[in-house]
Amino acid sequence: MARQPEGPPPPPTVQKLRLRYAKRGPLRFASHRDLARALERALRRARVPMAFSAGFSPHPKISYVGAAPTGAASEAEYVEIGLAERRDPEEVRAALDASLPPGVDVLECVEATEGTGSLADRIDAARWRVELPGVSPAELAAAVAAFLAADVVTVEKRTKNGLRDVDARAAVTGASAGEEAGCAILHMVVRQVTPAVRPDDVLAALVAVADLRPPSPPRAVREAQGRLDDCGTVADPLGPDRVAGTRCQGEPAAV
Amino acid sequence: MTDAPRTVPGESLYPRLEPLLAQVQKPIQYVGGELNAQVKAWDDVAVHWALMYPDAYEVGLPNQGLMILYEVLNERPDALAERTYAVWPDLAALMREHGVGQFTVDSHRAVADFDLLGVSFATELGYTNLLEALDLAGVPLHAHHRDETHPVVVAGGHAAFNPEPIADFVDCAVLGDGEQVVGDITDVVAAWKEQGRPGGRVELLARLARVDGVYVPRFYAVSYGPDGAIAAVTRTREDVPARVGKRTVMDLDEWPYPKTPLVPLAESVHERMSVEIFRGCTRGCRFCQAGMITRPVRERTITGIGSMVDQGLRATGYEEVGLLSLSSADHSEIGQIAKQLADRYEGTNTGLSLPSTRVDAFNVTLANELSRNGRRSGLTFAPEGGSERIRRVINKTVSKDDLVRTVTTAYANGWQQVKLYFMCGLPTETDEDVLEIAELAVEVIRAGREASGRKDVRCTVSIGGFVPKPHTPFQWAGQAGAETIDSRLRLLRQAINADRRVGRSIGLRYHDGKPGIVEGLLSRGDRRVGRVIERVWREGGRFDGWSEHFSFERWTAAAAAELAPLGVDLDWYTIRERGQDEVLPWDHLDSGLDKEWLWDDWQEALSEEEVADCRWTPCYDCGVCPTNGTEIQVGPTGRSLLPLTVVGR
Ligand code: B12
Ligand code: SF4
Repeated sequence: MARQPEGPPPPPTVQKLRLRYAKRGPLRFASHRDLARALERALRRARVPMAFSAGFSPHPKISYVGAAPTGAASEAEYVEIGLAERRDPEEVRAALDASLPPGVDVLECVEATEGTGSLADRIDAARWRVELPGVSPAELAAAVAAFLAADVVTVEKRTKNGLRDVDARAAVTGASAGEEAGCAILHMVVRQVTPAVRPDDVLAALVAVADLRPPSPPRAVREAQGRLDDCGTVADPLGPDRVAGTRCQGEPAAV
Repeated sequence: MTDAPRTVPGESLYPRLEPLLAQVQKPIQYVGGELNAQVKAWDDVAVHWALMYPDAYEVGLPNQGLMILYEVLNERPDALAERTYAVWPDLAALMREHGVGQFTVDSHRAVADFDLLGVSFATELGYTNLLEALDLAGVPLHAHHRDETHPVVVAGGHAAFNPEPIADFVDCAVLGDGEQVVGDITDVVAAWKEQGRPGGRVELLARLARVDGVYVPRFYAVSYGPDGAIAAVTRTREDVPARVGKRTVMDLDEWPYPKTPLVPLAESVHERMSVEIFRGCTRGCRFCQAGMITRPVRERTITGIGSMVDQGLRATGYEEVGLLSLSSADHSEIGQIAKQLADRYEGTNTGLSLPSTRVDAFNVTLANELSRNGRRSGLTFAPEGGSERIRRVINKTVSKDDLVRTVTTAYANGWQQVKLYFMCGLPTETDEDVLEIAELAVEVIRAGREASGRKDVRCTVSIGGFVPKPHTPFQWAGQAGAETIDSRLRLLRQAINADRRVGRSIGLRYHDGKPGIVEGLLSRGDRRVGRVIERVWREGGRFDGWSEHFSFERWTAAAAAELAPLGVDLDWYTIRERGQDEVLPWDHLDSGLDKEWLWDDWQEALSEEEVADCRWTPCYDCGVCPTNGTEIQVGPTGRSLLPLTVVGR
């Protein structure tokens, strides 16, 4: 029995905006659900004229693309919103950023250009940086070398359907060991696969190949997301909109 | 706990906490950074308050009382307030292992560094969590082991009207509204520190004991008679009051808090904004401690409410506003409030709601008005008693016909789901009183299907065991035993399921009787019960409000071990009826209610006589107004909401 609410249908979407935002500092412990709730409230607080779905409980038009796991920080989270009235993207960015708690920072906002494809289609890989406090850079370098040398590194992963074996090696297109202020840093590019391979899985793989066991929990930051090009770098997913659009906001994603 | 490496007072523990957070469930609840959270520099202020809700973050964060005090204190230039909540056992274990103390979520400062630890007790089931927090903080459990380097532990909230079970663990308890008294306490602490802490902790506590509304248990001695009951409670110093009175905020419009409610990132039990539309209640429901101890009624004006709703929505981005109070439909201008707010927020996807209401056709009209633009999902009524007879005993009179008619009206107006709240184990209750709930529910569904012409109407019966509370007419009542409650609930379930065709439209949600017995022990207990609490905590008891953590066996075993040598037991505190002359543990704490009036009301309950509401009938001398120099403050003011200023570009 499909009953419809009385009154006129909600106004249609007249503008789509694509946002890049970061979760930083202690707010890396926010889950995707936490962030989604916070974003919806911030949109209201910032009085962004959202378009809504029809029905008894109308939802604002928001679509999320691949959220970083709870506990991982990110400089490159993406979301697309539908507006019922046109707005200047930079004004929306600033208002939204001011309405979100510090640590969830809106970095870029561009208008989606028709005909350039969906945001989800422009993301198939992510670049990660993982700090490993207490691990020596040399140790990490050796572990990474062992990992890259292997054809397959199977790790056990907890999924919705229980424990599963996944090949962590296949998803990693590049990895290197670095160092900053004496702390070992793992840099890597990981492709989107199903089930997902996350930094934790790669770290589990380093235990498997080299018995690398960090004394305290590593800190992962997703530095970029986008399409993997032939040179193994991750392209800016907002690039096509920016090129097609009339103006270009903020600094481009550091890729 | 292990000694943590000492840091500079007020220094952040976050660097040491962060690695632990990666290893626990829902770490977001420990990091703070909520919208509208406040962080002040430690050295800029004289007085530092840590405010604790002694339960999980998801329950504690939305608590109105604590949110109010947090803002009121942070507005003072000479004070700061930060929040702390009970940490779950997974993190507590890691904190002990790594020597990280109980911390505030705002700046992750050590609770031990603060001048005061204010704890809000809305429920007695938070007592074990207080002990856990003190221990994690490295603060001695017992007040008399603390020195002037330790925070002053202050209990507040409704349970503080009988703080005797936790008298050994707290330094002070505050009776009544907190808005003004926290300022007075801050002044006392600031002056004492400024003067170089003369007389040490005892002098500070003696000064605090002279603040109106502040009770310092250590200055009162309790003696017991041969029958186990209290012989006398006497003050041990002349300069503290013989009886401690409660605080009452008289003009709510002057205290429009919270102005900028906290909005958590983590999920909480209450995902909406709340505006308290009045405080106090004189309906006179005899089981209701909140109503009795918060008299008289003090309304916020329609314009005050309007501006709080507006400000709060702007500050939070919430999409729903609850108009809260103990009985919201009783506001003298509720009709206009509902209409004008609904007009104002028409077309903005902003929801308005009233919490559970009395059974009354007017409430359906109100709910219709508030949901004008939204969905009509569920409506809640609280008849509390199953039969007309028992409803006269508890003074919540509504006839069965009116009840069925009201609920039917709700269904006819498009509400699909009605929730009915009841209690089980009320004084004089029999199986028959409880079984009438089933008849009522069946009738409601039948009439509702007919009136709405739909088959999908639903009714949920929610029922829990009654716990007699201090400062109510039922403070003398014998509590029903857990077996009695459980057997009545079983009978009720069978009766509801007897007719499948109607029964499948009726949901039954109930709590078994065991936690209620522990709550009863803690509610009407005296200082001897402190030993039971401590033992339960030592044996691992925490989060007693959560069924997965609560252990009845641990409580009964601890009660048996600790109370037997004193000649009393669990039953003595719970199922025993008290006599008129017994000295009750809270008799020296004055809610303003006249003990004789309470006794007379108890006797009237037993003879099923009702008492009217003093807002609409003459004062019946409950005692509150003359004792506290207060008076009823109700409208109507006849004012209207001002149009919102147009914000935007
Ligand atoms: C009335 C009431 C409601 C009403 C209205 C709430 C309101 N006005 O805020 C309604 C029906 C909406 C409601 C809803 C809920 N409630 Co309720 N509610 C109560 C009740 C009976 C009174 C609360 C109240 O009047 N608050 C008004 C504020 C302003 O007063 P206050 O908190 O007492 O604080 C003042 C003073 O006491 C004092 N004070 C308080 N703490 C301190 C500390 C210090 C140091 C000092 C000096 C002073 C001080 O200063 C404050 C300002 O004056 C309490 C039980 C109780 N006896 O407290 C339960 C209670 C708080 N609710 C509870 C629950 C579970 C809920 C819900 C989650 C239910 C649900 N599942 O939806 C929601 C959540 C609402 C929320 N915002 O948190 C539980 C919490 C359980 C727990 N583990 O802690 C309680 C304890 C009831 C219970 N025993 O189960 N609730
Ligand atoms: S003293 Fe009288 S007017 Fe005041 S709350 Fe009691 S009954 Fe009502």
